[in-house]
Amino acid sequence: MSVIKDFFASRTGIICVGAFIGVFAALLQKWGNPGNMGICVACFERDIAGAIGLHRAAVVQYLRPEILGFVLGAMLSAFAFREFRPRAGSAPIVRFVLGMLAMIGALVFLGCPWRALLRLAGGDGNAIFGLLGLVGGIWIGTLFFKGGYNLGRTQATYASVGWLLPLIMLGLLALRLIFPQIPDQGQSGILFYSVKGPGSQHAALAISLAVGLAVGLVAQRSRFCTMGALRDLILFRQAHLFSGMLALLIAAFVTNLVLGQFKPGFVGQPVAHTMELWNFAGMVVAGLAFALAGGCPGRQLFLAGEGDGDAAVFVLGMIVGAAVSHNFGLASSPKGVGPHGIAAVIISLIVLLFIGFTMRQKTS
Amino acid sequence: MSELVDARGLSCPQPVLITLEKLKLMDRGKVVVLVDTDTSRENVVRAAATLGWQLQESKPEGREYRLTLTKE
Repeated sequence: MSVIKDFFASRTGIICVGAFIGVFAALLQKWGNPGNMGICVACFERDIAGAIGLHRAAVVQYLRPEILGFVLGAMLSAFAFREFRPRAGSAPIVRFVLGMLAMIGALVFLGCPWRALLRLAGGDGNAIFGLLGLVGGIWIGTLFFKGGYNLGRTQATYASVGWLLPLIMLGLLALRLIFPQIPDQGQSGILFYSVKGPGSQHAALAISLAVGLAVGLVAQRSRFCTMGALRDLILFRQAHLFSGMLALLIAAFVTNLVLGQFKPGFVGQPVAHTMELWNFAGMVVAGLAFALAGGCPGRQLFLAGEGDGDAAVFVLGMIVGAAVSHNFGLASSPKGVGPHGIAAVIISLIVLLFIGFTMRQKTS
Repeated sequence: MSELVDARGLSCPQPVLITLEKLKLMDRGKVVVLVDTDTSRENVVRAAATLGWQLQESKPEGREYRLTLTKE
């Protein structure tokens, strides 16, 4: 066990995990997931919000099994390596709001950091502005860290606190099995299924779930985190996590080339728009929210799987944020930003600065 | 005498931040860091190594770790 532990904690380990995610994300697209969206934590949580009817954007409703797999895979890994640590109590309401704002920002850009990399790896030049925004948002976050920002300490707590999000994911899986997709039907029992648009494009349930579980297992072990990658590079000049992020990008790029999925350009890219400023600004919001919350959306799922109740609250915040985004017209579409997307970016940024400036109590 | 850094319950990147702050202040000697997750343990040890600090001992204490870092 300790050999495996040491491997995943090494530079080679994190590179292998990044490459694994990159290859399988590109393959998931080949197997049915939407364009440059083999894996997108933000988009997939948004699709889940749609599947359970929290929003009624008919083109983005599907109970994505990958997300369930991430949490459950991370939990299995945490148990196997005796790392399941139920903990909670570090400013949960703030984490919920940070999750909402992260999702609002990500849906202005149309993707989480993983998808920003996958979009670039698929030739979508608009992703460059998103990635620059992500760096900008995280950089602002590092200024807050240097100024003493933190959300306070967590406490060890009841095992059930750590179990709740994995159990919710198991519950969602049960719903997915009880109410399977009916061809050309927008609804099956209580679940919504897109009949067109990105929500209608997906790999088979077993494949999505298997890849999700595998990613959850290895990502929990290696602490893979795209926000941490950039944060550590900026804050400590440390490239450990960054090498994993780079490996994801290169592996997805090479796999896309092999599969004929690399299509360079700016216009007409799948599930993307060409408004540079708002691609940038959306990800500034998301990047800052991830930084203040201590992890990218993927990492929050893995943390939740290993018992972190605060990360679980962030995840629920993201799902609710997706519902708000679509119900209030904040989310972008291939045509451009939503009717209230620009206002949402500005308000989100103000709230994030408020949180950053006011939560600066020094830890004793 | 060793200095103590209590990073228990803090989320990323706080454990590394406060440890580095202390290590930079001390330059050399012995520092004990308390952490409560494996992630924090790995991050703290990795960051300390970049400043030339060695992990002398990593002692599990219940659900926590007591890390002893030294630099000659």
